[in-house]
Amino acid sequence: MELNSRIPAGPLVEKWDSHRFNLKLVNPANRRKYHIVVVGTGLAGASAAATLAELGYRVTSLCYHESPRRAHSIAAQGGINAPKNYANDGDSIYRLFYDTIKGGDYRSREANVYRLAQVSNNIIDQCVAQGVPLARDYGGLLDTRSFGGAQVSRTFYAQGQTGQQLLLGAYQALSRQIGMGNIVFYPRREMLDLVVIDGQARGIVVRNMINGQIESIACDAVILATGGYANVFFLSTNARMSNATAIWRAYKRGACFANPCFTQIHPTCIPVSSEHQSKLTLMSESLRNDGRIWVPMIKGDKRDPNLIPEVERDYYLERIYPSFGNLSPRDVSSRRAKEVCDAGFGVGPTGKAVYLDFRDTIQRNGREWIKEKYGNLFDMYRQITGENAYETPMRIYPALHYTMGGLWVDYNLMSTIPGLFVLGEANFSDHGANRLGASALMQGLADGYFIISYTIGDYFASNKFHKVDTSHEAFRTAEKELKSTIDRLLGIRGKRAVDDIHKDLGHIMWEYCGMARNAAGLKKALEAIPSLEEEFWRNVSVPGRTDDLNQELEKAQRLIDFLELGKLIAEDALHREESCGGHFREEHETEDNEAKRDDENFSYVAAWEYRGPGNPPKLNKESLNFEYLKPSQRSYK
Amino acid sequence: MHITLRIWRQTNPAGPGRLVTYELSDVTEDMSLLEVLDLLNLQLARNGEEPIAFDSDCREGICGSCGLQINGRPHGPLKGVASCQIHMRTFKENDTITIEPFRAKAFPVVKDLVIDRTAFDRIIQAGGFISVNTGGAPDANAIPIPKNTVDAAFEAAACISCGACVAACKNASAMLFVAAKVAHLGRLPQGEVERKERCLSMVAQMDAEKFGACSNTYACEAECPKEISVDNIAFLNRELLRAKVF
Ligand SMILES: Cc1cc2nc3c(=O)[nH]c(=O)nc-3n(C[C@H](O)[C@H](O)[C@H](O)COP(=O)(O)OP(=O)(O)OC[C@H]3O[C@@H](n4cnc5c(N)ncnc54)[C@H](O)[C@@H]3O)c2cc1C
Ligand code: FES
Repeated sequence: MELNSRIPAGPLVEKWDSHRFNLKLVNPANRRKYHIVVVGTGLAGASAAATLAELGYRVTSLCYHESPRRAHSIAAQGGINAPKNYANDGDSIYRLFYDTIKGGDYRSREANVYRLAQVSNNIIDQCVAQGVPLARDYGGLLDTRSFGGAQVSRTFYAQGQTGQQLLLGAYQALSRQIGMGNIVFYPRREMLDLVVIDGQARGIVVRNMINGQIESIACDAVILATGGYANVFFLSTNARMSNATAIWRAYKRGACFANPCFTQIHPTCIPVSSEHQSKLTLMSESLRNDGRIWVPMIKGDKRDPNLIPEVERDYYLERIYPSFGNLSPRDVSSRRAKEVCDAGFGVGPTGKAVYLDFRDTIQRNGREWIKEKYGNLFDMYRQITGENAYETPMRIYPALHYTMGGLWVDYNLMSTIPGLFVLGEANFSDHGANRLGASALMQGLADGYFIISYTIGDYFASNKFHKVDTSHEAFRTAEKELKSTIDRLLGIRGKRAVDDIHKDLGHIMWEYCGMARNAAGLKKALEAIPSLEEEFWRNVSVPGRTDDLNQELEKAQRLIDFLELGKLIAEDALHREESCGGHFREEHETEDNEAKRDDENFSYVAAWEYRGPGNPPKLNKESLNFEYLKPSQRSYK
Repeated sequence: MHITLRIWRQTNPAGPGRLVTYELSDVTEDMSLLEVLDLLNLQLARNGEEPIAFDSDCREGICGSCGLQINGRPHGPLKGVASCQIHMRTFKENDTITIEPFRAKAFPVVKDLVIDRTAFDRIIQAGGFISVNTGGAPDANAIPIPKNTVDAAFEAAACISCGACVAACKNASAMLFVAAKVAHLGRLPQGEVERKERCLSMVAQMDAEKFGACSNTYACEAECPKEISVDNIAFLNRELLRAKVF
């Protein structure tokens, strides 16, 4: 397959402007003729649906939640980046661009990232106009804080609930359009297939989760804004229902899947406490502004941390990375935490934790000051662990958090299937091999508010559309296939619950495809996952009926796709014989244990193409060209 | 720990429901209550029995999906937390825990512990927004807004729309939910233009959805997992008065 990234020619800073000028427009009166289905109502989906409806397109929006506002974006804590330079600390669009390309370890496209940095300022303006209560200082102006991988303060926030507030802004814009009759919204619908007719995405098939009906929706373009796939690891910081089904089924209909092995592990999460754990909880990166990370210098030191004197503490991030210190990027910080714990310096009952300590800041600024900034995070920590982090340091450990990989899209955010657009975490576009903190909210809203509205118009204006409705046989075939899969699942009546098998998959993924990977382990994963898959189809138990609310059936559908995706992740990780960002291959490290890239051989996006059941996927490469930033060994020292 | 669970089971919206008792012995203190339900569901599923349907997603008290009446109280015995944030260390060995869905006419039961709160969405659709299209917004710092104004708006905007306020109210009133949104937007200069219309249309939709009247007993505030203040209700009442007078 020929991958055409459609990156506009011309100087970097002019690309987006000249592209917008060259894109064809749909005249306002004609927009009603086009029907767009937007799957997902997180930041990316809600902002896109609202914006497209405001422009006059006919929009159908749906999600598997009861309400659009329950999307996983609601849980984002720390903040959203924009180089407003309100802090007057030397920030600029170019600096955000630079930080993001470097943070992504030179595995993203310059043109996309520059555009992201450009439109990010508009996002803050838009959100404030919607009434999003971003934090302000005593003069009434917007406040910012710092996030990892940056030396400027460019992160806007609303306490530890930034995602909630931004999503409510987008949800309210969406609700306004629903109220005005410009958007038809369906709650509790799960997209289970994409319908492609004559090479164009022309509809989707969903399951009504209340009554089990399989329903088809025909349209002129489909937008997937369905979030990331971190739950392939079972335990992650993502919401429980977050899954890969929409993008995976689109992959099986012809959309290439890019860089699946680029998964992000977040350094500061509450450690796993038992086998019964259902998910992991993030403690926002913003805490690293005011908390210091350390472990005792003595192996297995079981003393109360408050009794360990200063000289016996190893503030290892500050020691190894004096210029970025506790704000070193996520991939680097996670690996160093694993390293000190593997070497026996870890703390807590399992030894798989390090301290995040607020003592010094509390002494300096007082407890109230901390409470105002991070109160909800401290409360959350107390709820889960029963401990008071104002008095004793938090215990934290890395956990799966975000997926940089996703469906391949061109500069217009269109996948390799014409008419299928992919926004937000579901696409692979902007974060390379490692995402910087506070950049996902930025990307989701950039895609939804400011990019798709231009590029989708060009697609409509440049293509012909035959009339298609749901009586088309492609819908019948897809519906029939889904019904037979459902019948098959319900008929197995095995002995293991869906989550039993999902947890096994999670163990395999974490063990062999987690923070550090090597060829031998990845090969083991590639043997273990297929046999787990075989067990699933033989021995899973999915009780209940098809024509009813059936949460086990929902989970089983998602697990089918996680099992298949798990293999592709391992395959991709095995083929990428280098370390970069979140993808750390033990065979490829520098003398001081940092990721060692191989730009000569791997400076490309790996876009995997599905070739039918039983056939190995085909690897397509989009090579990355750096005209402005010269790839160098990342250093945060 | 050994725990007895009494759980509401109901096959469909019309159907009669009933409390079913389950005994669980391998519960640990650091499990959350929802993880105990997970554990029970694993055991049911392995035996081919239908697990208990319940909503939850974020499991950190922010998405508002989980809405359980625990031992007769919305979100259970602890103040300021959602159902998903309750851990078993809150309970004692051999405790019996009764779990039901939130009860309100406007929140019909879908199945077991799953309810339908889409009425809340329709109230927002009626007016819970500021009418700005994408694009053309002025610079975010163009209007300075006093910190305490933004902080008060934020406190109101922290509502997670779980419905505990409705479940706590003997009249099943949605007044705190509506007031929180009216106060969030109405306190900010950006929300000024639509103040009047916003509160009138949201309240009209609230009445149409068959929520009851507010009788100022403030049970809502006491059970709200986000501790949203009833001061917002006073704010809403002032807004309504103002809207009717001017
Ligand atoms: C705990 C946590 C904290 C975070 N904090 C930050 C932060 O501070 N700053 C930052 O920039 N990023 C943060 N992130 C990352 C960021 O929140 C996400 O990347 C981002 O919100 C994803 O948004 P989205 O719109 O792409 O998808 P989501 O918000 O995941 O939305 C997905 C939507 O798709 C729907 N959906 C999915 N599949 C289907 C289907 N098959 N059928 C129908 N509907 C479907 C869902 O119902 C939902 O509406 C955080 C992430 C986590 C987990
Ligand atoms: S599951 Fe999200 S608030 Fe409880």
